[in-house]
Amino acid sequence: MLEIGSLQLGPNPIEDIQDTLGIWGLRMLCATLVITPLSWVIGPLPIRFRRMLGLFTFTYCGLHFLNYLILDQTFNFSAIIEDIIKRPFITLGLFGVLSMLPLAITSTNNWRRKLGRNWIKLHKLVYLTSIAACWHFYWQVKKDLTEPLIYCSIIALLLGARMVRTWRRNQQATHKTT
Amino acid sequence: MLIYSRPDIKPSEITPEDSYVNRRHFIRSATLAGSSLLFAAGCSDADDSATQQQPKPALNINAFEDVTSYNNFYEFGLDKKDPARYSGEFKSKPWSVTVDGEAEITGTFDFEDIIKPHTIEERIYRFRCVEAWSMVVPWNGFPLGDLLKRFKPTSKAKYVAFETVYRPAEMPGQRAGVLNFPYLEGLTIAEAMHPLTLMATGLYGIDLPNQNGAPLRLIVPWKYGFKSIKSIVRISFTETPPPTSWSDIAPSEYGFYANVNPDVDHPRWSQARERRIGAGLFAEKEPTLMFNGYADEVASLYTSLDLSKYF
Repeated sequence: MLEIGSLQLGPNPIEDIQDTLGIWGLRMLCATLVITPLSWVIGPLPIRFRRMLGLFTFTYCGLHFLNYLILDQTFNFSAIIEDIIKRPFITLGLFGVLSMLPLAITSTNNWRRKLGRNWIKLHKLVYLTSIAACWHFYWQVKKDLTEPLIYCSIIALLLGARMVRTWRRNQQATHKTT
Repeated sequence: MLIYSRPDIKPSEITPEDSYVNRRHFIRSATLAGSSLLFAAGCSDADDSATQQQPKPALNINAFEDVTSYNNFYEFGLDKKDPARYSGEFKSKPWSVTVDGEAEITGTFDFEDIIKPHTIEERIYRFRCVEAWSMVVPWNGFPLGDLLKRFKPTSKAKYVAFETVYRPAEMPGQRAGVLNFPYLEGLTIAEAMHPLTLMATGLYGIDLPNQNGAPLRLIVPWKYGFKSIKSIVRISFTETPPPTSWSDIAPSEYGFYANVNPDVDHPRWSQARERRIGAGLFAEKEPTLMFNGYADEVASLYTSLDLSKYF
């Protein structure tokens, strides 16, 4: 057995690569989403790491997708198209990866400046990415749903925290907040 | 015939045990063994014209390490590495099997009495998991039908049910309870009596390792792997279809028959192609064959059955 970091290559190395990249993509996504709520509690310091974590997420998920495309399907496009049409967890996975592309591209300071307030709006797309990622994981397991449900709960908690905060702010707001 | 009756040469003669302890060495010799067996089998059985007209893909035997470290056996955990990791506590000796139901001879029999009258053969079979991966495994065993006939099943015996041992103390996966344990499987009497259906006692010339279903397991090579129930403690002859574990908890995904069929997809993934374990990082998936390549031998069992409905 070959071991590279947390990646252990056993008798089915393509599956090992696919699963390891996928689970680390999801972990990085959770880490990225933790930053904002954390900054409410301990101040703005963690915000510095948000972009880096987001790009890690994109890297893991992008490699997860490329492993599917190259090693798993060996560019068999008819099989890939069939997968995308017939299998919802693949459709969701593709949506998840594609939804991260504009976020990765506009992650630079230049783009941020250029887009202004729209940058924040655009980057709320990560909420849809997270839902797609969880659902993708949930649908692909054979039977035991424990692990996907753990990640679904974490993501639900992190998105829920944002909803509660927004709702509270709207309640309190007698004037507009920035 | 390609698949069985090869009295002239055996993999254990070609590949001694000490050479597959050394893995690299082993893979080479195993590949050699596979190709020479294929050749030998083709030569020794000249009257099987179907096999000769349509050559099947070469049976390159998987490494001993692949076969014994990557498989599903939910009694020991859900990960395919779990059976090898967590089956150390399991005790396959002493062992007994209870035979009951529609047969003249029933009772509980010691493992030794079960296997004693039979000649252990070696059979190299393709193994196709419902998860779309596959291997080629050299099993040791004897035809299940030969065993069943000893119990003189009555005319009411339309099905044969099997049960895996239930020992949560030795099988950590049974404590977690993803499936309803004990694991149950079943075959029609015709499937059970088919000469390809094997009662396996070993692989690679050694007794079955715990993780592969010691000491006694079924091998039905034209069906998805979950039909090939492991560590059997009960065989029952029944008149009605017996309950089977996977089709009980997910009837829309797993059927009673579970014949390998590239045209009937699992609801969540394709069954048209399979990942050949051991083929390497850059190997393409291989097309899945109808009845896992055993259509010539078994298709006649299902002529009146709508295989897309009875999957």
